[in-house]
Amino acid sequence: MAGQGALRRTPLYQRHLALGGRMVEFGGWEMPVQYSGIIDEHRAVREAAGLFDISHMGEVEVRGPDALSFLQRLVTFDVAAIPAGRANYALMCRPDGGIVDDIFIYNLGNDYLVVINAANIAKDVAWMRDHAAGFDVDLADASDRIGMLALQGPAAEELLAHVAGRELAALPFHAVARGSVLDVPALVARTGYTGEDGFELFVATADVDRLWDGLLDAGRDSGVKPCGLGARDSLRFEACLALYGHEIADDINPYEARLGWVVKLDKGDFIGRETLQQVKQEGVKRRLIGFEMVGRGIARGDYAIHTTDGTPIGRVTSGMPSPTLGKNLGMGYVPVEFSTEGTEFDVIVREKPVRARVVKMPFYRPRYKK
Amino acid sequence: MAFNTPVELQYSKSHEWIRIEGDEGTVGITDYAQDALGDVVYVDLPQVGARFDAEAVFGVVESVKAASDLYLPVAGEILAVNEALANNPELINNDPYGAGWLVKIKVAPGIGALMSADAYAAYVETLKH
Repeated sequence: MAGQGALRRTPLYQRHLALGGRMVEFGGWEMPVQYSGIIDEHRAVREAAGLFDISHMGEVEVRGPDALSFLQRLVTFDVAAIPAGRANYALMCRPDGGIVDDIFIYNLGNDYLVVINAANIAKDVAWMRDHAAGFDVDLADASDRIGMLALQGPAAEELLAHVAGRELAALPFHAVARGSVLDVPALVARTGYTGEDGFELFVATADVDRLWDGLLDAGRDSGVKPCGLGARDSLRFEACLALYGHEIADDINPYEARLGWVVKLDKGDFIGRETLQQVKQEGVKRRLIGFEMVGRGIARGDYAIHTTDGTPIGRVTSGMPSPTLGKNLGMGYVPVEFSTEGTEFDVIVREKPVRARVVKMPFYRPRYKK
Repeated sequence: MAFNTPVELQYSKSHEWIRIEGDEGTVGITDYAQDALGDVVYVDLPQVGARFDAEAVFGVVESVKAASDLYLPVAGEILAVNEALANNPELINNDPYGAGWLVKIKVAPGIGALMSADAYAAYVETLKH
């Protein structure tokens, strides 16, 4: 592995360069932000399909007799409600309710696979180990052993059927199964981060390049394009899926982030439960909202939000021109009294207030196959 | 990838070009800059009559991903802005040295340190590694 300070690279680094990918730093990794262009790749995923290298994501294997009870203690979601062969979104919270990370938990029958954010791998693994005391559980950081590709978009199902068979392509929403894709042994899950139907494929690091080449090859006629982190961000943004460090962070609790549905207060004790129970009872003071720019300007992460008479009230978490909707949209935190649809405030764009209006989230209604 | 760098222009380290004719200059961003930005979706340009020092921020171009400041290569007063960019910002990507020009300026005396096309192309090479 690369030394401290050096950027890490996925097994597909040379492929990204060969495809003309523009490489940027993301969470300590050198990743392609785009190949043909963010808008072009974004459209490919909404209209056909896109293939993403997400091998930078972290994976932790959780096994042992106490795997379930350990995860129940660790996360806000009710892990017992995830049957074998299914996956679900979950949150790890601190005792004060702040979000350590948002994760995906895959129940593989005998063990669990937990997918964590690339930038949080070291923090999350340490957090998990710190809270494993007293549990008969084995934690293995498999991030370096597992490569991950996301095949997303309305054409993903047909392409997967072609390269992996009808059975895997017929997996229900959030289901996961072992199989073979282009003769590469893979864990196939109907999950994703784009607001479209699609799959995420976990394979051995050594097999990632073969799978990448094969999928691009097989998908050429159906319009499958390699997609970078730029489109991954614009796609998740339109679907209002949280990005760690933006909509969620150590000092933001799930209720503020509108992720109350991931917090199951009645499932038994878990880290942060006491605080979160109190937050729920008392209600939150600020809330994540979606907004549309009314004036001319584009909101960006960390821009200030002011009332229309100039009082600072919050910050933008993410903002950009939405490729699908053709509007300048954003998400951010404001006091609850400013969070109702239609409320107007100003986003400070290069020292100038630009009017914005609260709109419904998500901006783009996900088209999952449920 | 080889980027286009017309020989008749002068270049800045912040990737703007300027075509100087008499005491007037036309300013835009380079082929390298438009490629690095990606699809330009929004341009913010100054009012005609505004005056700027050399290397001052005179506007902003934005892609889906980010906003990037525009720096004036030489000091001057804005004579005209490219109005076509308001509705067709993609002109900057499609024709950075032509229809994608940004502003015309009256150049103040005492031009600073600009690069020739060769020097700029060599400079861009050093950025790729």
